[in-house]
Amino acid sequence: MNILVCVSKVPDTTAKIAFKDNNTKFASDGVTYILNPTDEWYALVRAIELKEAAGAGKVTVINVGAGDNDQYLRKALAIGADDAVLIESADDLEPFYVAKEIANYARTNNYDVVVTGKETIDYNSFSVGGMIAEFMDCAFVSQVSKWDMNGNVATLNREVEGGEEVMEVSTPFVLSAQKGMAEQRLPNMKGIMMAKTKPLAKIAAVGGDPLVTIVKFDEPKSKSAVKLFSIDEVEALVKALNEEAKVI
Amino acid sequence: MVIVYIEAVNGQLKKSSFEVLTYGKKLADKMSSSVAAICLTPCDSNVVGEYGINKLFQVSDAIFSHFDSKAFAKAVAEIFNANGGQILVLPFNQNGKALAPRLSVRLNAGLVNGANALANTSNGFVISKNVFSGKAVANYQIHTDVKIVSLASNSIPAEKNPTSCEVVAAATSVSAADFSTKYIKSELVSGDIPLSEADLVVSAGRGLKGPENWGMIEECAKILGAATACSRAVADVHWRPHHEHVGQTGLAISPNLYIAVGISGAIQHLAGVSSSKTIVVINTDPEAPFFKAADYGIVGDAFEVMPKFNEALRKLKA
Repeated sequence: MNILVCVSKVPDTTAKIAFKDNNTKFASDGVTYILNPTDEWYALVRAIELKEAAGAGKVTVINVGAGDNDQYLRKALAIGADDAVLIESADDLEPFYVAKEIANYARTNNYDVVVTGKETIDYNSFSVGGMIAEFMDCAFVSQVSKWDMNGNVATLNREVEGGEEVMEVSTPFVLSAQKGMAEQRLPNMKGIMMAKTKPLAKIAAVGGDPLVTIVKFDEPKSKSAVKLFSIDEVEALVKALNEEAKVI
Repeated sequence: MVIVYIEAVNGQLKKSSFEVLTYGKKLADKMSSSVAAICLTPCDSNVVGEYGINKLFQVSDAIFSHFDSKAFAKAVAEIFNANGGQILVLPFNQNGKALAPRLSVRLNAGLVNGANALANTSNGFVISKNVFSGKAVANYQIHTDVKIVSLASNSIPAEKNPTSCEVVAAATSVSAADFSTKYIKSELVSGDIPLSEADLVVSAGRGLKGPENWGMIEECAKILGAATACSRAVADVHWRPHHEHVGQTGLAISPNLYIAVGISGAIQHLAGVSSSKTIVVINTDPEAPFFKAADYGIVGDAFEVMPKFNEALRKLKA
């Protein structure tokens, strides 16, 4: 079974989020980037585990982004992916075209499963996985917390309101991964050394006319200062929640 | 025409449906357009009419009793196209998150997934949504003729605006062959309020010292009719189930009230909850970063505060 794992590069979870050019662009200067957490911790690690358990097939990591994104793909290779593909484009290509590039690559190269993290922590769009599936005209299961394979049939737990749904799906399919699917793996020295010589192919993106563009960023609405109550004033707090905030 | 995708379980509309119906009606009024709803499972058209929607495309084929993103997207797209749909509104819930991206490709339509406000139509069609896990807001312009908006929960309050609702029986070409997944079973957490839809949330973190101390949190949630949540640290050590984890790498929520007990408020946690309407923080450390994001707070030990707080809540509710 060949698994294509989509990885994105995102600002570190503690990065200061600021904008430039009249708040039309993300200010990336000095920002540390990481692999998107759900891509790395769950999608990639579970794909590697399933390949190891099957003792056959391969795990390819793919990124659509800047031509110098090698280091992020090398990290994924160090964790245990077999090879990597970088489809070179602007880093902020919209999800529609990211998905189109990945779907084309997956179809041409006969991948059985395409996996993404449930969302990227930059634009929180939850979009690429579903779009890939529609371009490929195959199944898509979102927010999967458990993924097992038996031959070409997967058993998946999908998060729904108030619990989980268990389903089966045959290859080819697309899924988006979330917490519960696997435990984060840190690359070891052997993995880091091996990653340096694993194949990393670069392809140019095709792109197209934009469907959506970001015209402006805003800061979230700022909060007024906290109103503090002492331990002996809990009744006053409850009263404030009831009469002032009107939330209970 | 603005078309709103709604969902019903056992004939009852989900809470998110009331919000998207309200949103669809307001958007249609703003654009001087007509509005209708699509429901793939049986629902009560009178309830749909209460939110100002005067037409319901009702599908009553039992094939849609279990969600499948591929088959559902095909069905919604067919009905949308057959009725001159221009703007499709969906809830940004678990199913909506899977459906909206598929429909974006299928309808070749620009999508804003997780919108938090009505469109600004003064110069193009611009819609805002939270980005960077709530640390900023981005205003997206949709350039395509057909547009898709999925609405983040609790972004606008459901509003009644009663009208009579005509039911139009809608058929689709979807057959069993379009279903790509096989439903096995549901594992529902019985009796709990789903966190993603909750108006009120009581959450706790490492400050509680151990899973055995969650009784006072659950009691508080029970008195309020709230859902329970937790920080990542607590989910990682299995004190609480993963689905309760809110924050940047867990669930992002925006309830009317978020009560955080013994959570310091790391930036990753704040990212997932900062758009809550009202935040109450209870923490022993007056320097805890969470107090900067809070509306109300008590500096004190949860083990002393919570019993008193629960007692005061009980008195209010009595």
